[in-house]
Amino acid sequence: MRFYDALGLEPKLALDSEDLKKRFYDRSRQWHPDRFSRGTAEEKQRSEEMTSMLNDAFRTLRDPVTRAEYFLRESGMELSKDAPPELLEEVFELNMALEELRDGDESAREQLVSAQERFMGMLGEADTSLSVLFAQYDEKPDRAALDDIRATLNRRKYVSNLLRDVEKELNVHSAN
Amino acid sequence: MSTLQIDFGHAKPRIVGIDLGTTNSLVAVMDLTGPRILSGIVPSVVSVTESGEVVAGAEAREMLITHPERTVYSVKRLMGRGMGDVQDELKLFPFHIVEGSESVLKLQLGDKIMTPPEVSAYVLRKLKEDAEDVLGADVTQAVITVPAYFNDAQRQATKDAGRIAGLEVLRLVNEPTAAALAYGLDKRKEGLVAVYDFGGGTFDISILRLHDGIFEVLATNGDTHLGGDDIDNLLLNIALEDLQSEWGEDLSGNASLVQLLRRAVIQAKEALSFAPSATIDLEYGPRKYQREIDVQLFNRLIEPIVERTLGPCRNCIKDAGITVEQINETVMVGGSTRIPLVRSAVERLFRKRPHTELNPDEVVALGAAVQAGILGGEVEDKLLLDVTPLSLGIETMGGLMSKLIHRNSTIPASETELFTTAVDGQTNVLIHVLQGERELVKDCRSLARFDLKDIDPMIAGMARIQVRFLIDANGILNVTAKDLRTGKEHSMDVKPSYGLTDDQVEAMILESYDKAEEDFKERQVREARVEADAILGAVDKAKEDDAYQALADAERATIERAINELRLAYHSDDHLLIRDQIEKLNQATMALAEAIMNEAVGKALKGTNINA
Repeated sequence: MRFYDALGLEPKLALDSEDLKKRFYDRSRQWHPDRFSRGTAEEKQRSEEMTSMLNDAFRTLRDPVTRAEYFLRESGMELSKDAPPELLEEVFELNMALEELRDGDESAREQLVSAQERFMGMLGEADTSLSVLFAQYDEKPDRAALDDIRATLNRRKYVSNLLRDVEKELNVHSAN
Repeated sequence: MSTLQIDFGHAKPRIVGIDLGTTNSLVAVMDLTGPRILSGIVPSVVSVTESGEVVAGAEAREMLITHPERTVYSVKRLMGRGMGDVQDELKLFPFHIVEGSESVLKLQLGDKIMTPPEVSAYVLRKLKEDAEDVLGADVTQAVITVPAYFNDAQRQATKDAGRIAGLEVLRLVNEPTAAALAYGLDKRKEGLVAVYDFGGGTFDISILRLHDGIFEVLATNGDTHLGGDDIDNLLLNIALEDLQSEWGEDLSGNASLVQLLRRAVIQAKEALSFAPSATIDLEYGPRKYQREIDVQLFNRLIEPIVERTLGPCRNCIKDAGITVEQINETVMVGGSTRIPLVRSAVERLFRKRPHTELNPDEVVALGAAVQAGILGGEVEDKLLLDVTPLSLGIETMGGLMSKLIHRNSTIPASETELFTTAVDGQTNVLIHVLQGERELVKDCRSLARFDLKDIDPMIAGMARIQVRFLIDANGILNVTAKDLRTGKEHSMDVKPSYGLTDDQVEAMILESYDKAEEDFKERQVREARVEADAILGAVDKAKEDDAYQALADAERATIERAINELRLAYHSDDHLLIRDQIEKLNQATMALAEAIMNEAVGKALKGTNINA
């Protein structure tokens, strides 16, 4: 996987963020265009290619979620876009509460605030299970583990969208 | 006079650092001891004299009053912008825009018509000459600073200005990042720094992480049309209203008076940073106008402007993924940060007293010089990792913008996209590249249209052209296309939405070249004369020495002749002739110099004996 190669890493899901940073800084010092301002055209081009790849790689790998998404894609897996079925009932009620607040029904606010807390909790849980799954997969790479990761990522993404919508509505409303 | 000289040789040419500001510009260079400002502040003002000569700097600033119709200031506000962008500016600034230029603005100055990059090039040329005078060597390479929030067209326009001025622009550096370099904040090995840069016409906020000499920008935000200018305009409008009621006439059309009043307003504004009240003081012929403004009123007036800087600050903190408590230091840059209300607003937001040790007018140029040192290889322990301030994307179906490179991505940053044909036999594909954060194309900034042409006619969807979008270390977009079927570069036509085409810039460079050669010759003569003055002075002094009388008559005659010949050559405009005569006088005084030197050494040795 080229992003791992760019940082001189084995393709593993669990990465030490300090080590990652150090690799990024060391390679930036070596390859940044500033180091080649008096170089040949080829050297300049190579430096630009190396650093733009390095920057892309660091940006993608430093965040566990984008890292896992990249890892799945590179392993030939499509990311799922469906709503997680276990959340359907929750979403239904949430939409009603959002609607009520928009219509000026302040009693819905309490419900939304508690939903906000619940979603933040879910994100935390998702992050914890991701790191457990990462370690599992790195220990014993198998397809089933990747499937679990994909499901967790999908759920996490969905919850983070819900959280964004709730926060947006709460903010808009309190600003008025 | 033969003197001992330390020859720095013709090693590497010096790269200068330039702060091309809205109000003032400065040039600096990296020395062994650190960055150093070369010569004084150059007002970013350009004027055309009645004889058609273009002047820049302090001289042009004087002409703002005497010849406002042929003088332009704050042209940075027009860089890389189109007619549609500047309507608001035109209400506030006396720009004389020539009608009928949409993608490139053209300004009328006397009988000359110039684009904003050409106007800026005159300021840059003045800085270049000042630097050359101080360094005594040609300056051809520069680092120029730009507001961090400048878009691609504004950056490109700045680079064009450099090229027109005869400077190879090795790097565009963001102003707040340059300031961070100048502050030497990396003495703190690790930490988070916020740079608040409020200048004459632009506002930037950047948040950086420092790590062992690496300055990594985490996020940047700002407003490229918010600055001290706006405060001046507020006060100016109040004064103009006063005049209308006191003098009974609308004077806003009297350009010369408006400029005088503007100057008075700026003086009052600056005084208010140090005093509880100040007076706007205007004398216009026999008429006088005075108005006192106290700090309370001033603060009330400018509060909305100061408030407008705080939104971008909050967004920047959020984008950086940090909280305000994590920020270790705050740095103030730009003349407008002298205003106490600005300082207190920043202190309140960031919850710590900001750094104001360095002169806020000089810190950006000093930082540009440090970056010049990094590029020149003299500074090895520092490295700047900057970001692109705006997202880059392409137009997709339905007038939507599809983002390819997100804002605050470390640059250089690149993304590739595969393009194909939609109908059978289609031979070209048009790619519309945009910059901005909004979803609709119409709310984003159009950068350019790329036409992938000469595609072999084939069934729809068969063509495979890979286009690479690269934002380089200057924050400027580069696009290349490769035909995946043949593996070859695919040609394309580029039509920038705003700004000059390469051909136009080339033409401007050629145009300025004749003039530049003239300027260059003049400078060489000036330099030769400075040297002649030095040697003539030294010889005059030497003639008073006993050693001179001890010379043979013939030797004294040779020296006298050489002096006369140099004095004659002095007034010619041939620098080579002057230098020849300097050399002859040098030769003629060789023996004299030696005699004086021996005498001095003898005295010194004697002195040693006595003290021993």
